[in-house]
This record gives sequence, C-alpha cells and structure tokens, in this order.
Amino acid sequence: MRFSLAVIPLVLFAALAGIFLINIDKDSSVVPSVLIDKPAPDFSLPPLPGADKGLSRADLTKGKVSVLNVFASWCIPCRAEHPMIQRLSSEADVPVFGLNYKEKDPQDGVKWLEELGNPYQAVGMDLSGRTGIDFGVYGVPETFIIDGQGQIKYKHIGPVTAEVLENVLLPKIAELKG
Amino acid sequence: MNRPFLILLGVIGLVVPLLLSSPAHAVNPDEMLSNTVLEERARDISQELRCLVCQNQSIDDSDAELARDLRVLVRERLVAGDTDQQVIDYIVARYGDYVLLNPPLKPETYVLWASPIVLAILALIAVAAFYRRKQREAGAKPDKLSKDEQTRLNEILETAQKDGSK
Repeated sequence: MRFSLAVIPLVLFAALAGIFLINIDKDSSVVPSVLIDKPAPDFSLPPLPGADKGLSRADLTKGKVSVLNVFASWCIPCRAEHPMIQRLSSEADVPVFGLNYKEKDPQDGVKWLEELGNPYQAVGMDLSGRTGIDFGVYGVPETFIIDGQGQIKYKHIGPVTAEVLENVLLPKIAELKG
Repeated sequence: MNRPFLILLGVIGLVVPLLLSSPAHAVNPDEMLSNTVLEERARDISQELRCLVCQNQSIDDSDAELARDLRVLVRERLVAGDTDQQVIDYIVARYGDYVLLNPPLKPETYVLWASPIVLAILALIAVAAFYRRKQREAGAKPDKLSKDEQTRLNEILETAQKDGSK
C-alpha cells in the first residue's frame, strides 16, 4: 500500500512528460481542416483584371489532381513561399490554381504576379473572402491538394517550405495520381 | 487629509471605472443589424464562435479581419431566416468543432468532459483513504497505560502532591 502510493507521483510525472513529448512539435495554431475527404465547395470567381479566365469548381473536377493555393499580395509569408509554388507548378505536373484572397485593390494581385512570376494556370479573385470561408481558410497562405473528382485530400496551412514541398506535397500528389 | 480617507478615495477610483466600463467588443456600428432582435441573436452566436486567427477570443471580441467577415456572415444568415443552430452548423461545416468555444458532447470529447468528474472522484477517494488510515492508526494505539507506566505515573503524581502540600 505504502509503496504503491509512493509510486503515484512518479507515474503521473512520466505520463505528463509523455504527453508533452508527443506534443512538443505540434503547432497549436494549426487547426485541422474538416473538409478533408469532402468535396470542394461550389464557387465561381472572376479573373484578375486583364486575365481572361477566372476560377470555378468545374476547374477542379476535370479528372486530374490539382492544387489550389490561397495567396494575397498583402501576405508576407505568401511572398516567402512563392518560389516553392513555382517549383510545385513545374515539378509536380499538375494544374496549380490560385485563389487571390481579399485584396484591397484588384490590381494588387496583378502587380504581385507581374513582379514575382505567375505559376498559376488560372486565378480566381476572392475580394469578399467568402470563397475563402467556404474553404475554411483562416490564414493565408493555405494550400489544398484536390483529387480529380474535386475532393479535398490535403491542406497545408502556412507557407510551403522546401521541406514541406519535398516531403509532404510532392509525395502526396504522386500518391493521388497513382 | 487622513489616511483612511485616502484609501477610500483610492478604492473608489479603482472600482468605479471597473463598474462603468463594459467588456470591449469589436462589433462596428456598420456591421450591426437594424433589427434589434436579430442583432441580439447575432451577438449571442458570435460570442460562442472562436476567432481562428487569435484562437482564444470569440469573433465578437476580435478585431481580426476574418472575425469581422464571420460576424457579417452570421448576420446575413440570420436575415436570410436561419435558426441559431443552422447558423452555427454553417460555420462548423467549414471550420470544424474547433470554432465552438464550448466543445460539444460527442465520442471524441467524452474524455475532455469526463476528466473533471473523474479527477474529483479520485480526489474524494484519496481524501477518504487518508482519513480512514488516520482513524485506523489512532485506533491501533493502546488506550491503556502499561503496568510500568501506571506505577511511574502514580509516583510522579504523589511527589507532585507532596510538593504542593508543603
């Protein structure tokens, strides 16, 4: 009896330490998406000024795996991840679409792409942010991988780094392409 | 001025502003609905929904852009005739249970909801065990003096009496 009582604090400490150890790498600001394995929401967005093609759900259901990247010119991490989106576009051999999220001025997105290069097959302009909300976007950048039937298969929250691109996104895309 | 008066003044100076101030809300006048009943419902719903950008504020309290968009969205749904539950379900369908500041009771959250009760029961058991043991230890002690002890006690009492009567 006395021995087992003495062990309790040790066991509690070990359990707590274990929980901390499991969670030490977890970023508590990342909220898992509920939309995984669900069909992408219905949307239809106008093109950027000067472009001829906007973006709608139909673009995501053409039987090919695709990527939807949510970006904004006012978002600094988006600028940081931009080279990775360009790499993704050239290395993954899948259409990469852009969702230009909540620009103050429609021209801002255009200027941004002129400056940094345009890796997107088509860009939809979401000035109100409503399509973003339908996709459960809560911070830019976010990157969705969508299968050929328009089902959301994966969501990366925050900037895509070289590590994320090589270890997560590219393998995931390859797996979906089968 | 005397000291108590100064202290009283200080207390009044602290308490009165606290009583007069109301909690800060981020709702801008241009977001509000003219229909006060709907606005009231919108405020109640907004206080239940977490702002995902700041995470520990409700969208009613947050100045974040997304919180503002969600507040406007909540009001739009209400005007369109949604019930409170429908509005909440609409947001949950996009952002998950995590947007609810009050987690719902379902299999994934049983542990969360049960843990305070389980801990309270464990604490009660521990307290009960502690007192039972104390009682048992008290009961185990001999309540009568041994023969030697009794003789020694008598001796002491006798000497004390003699000293006292001197």
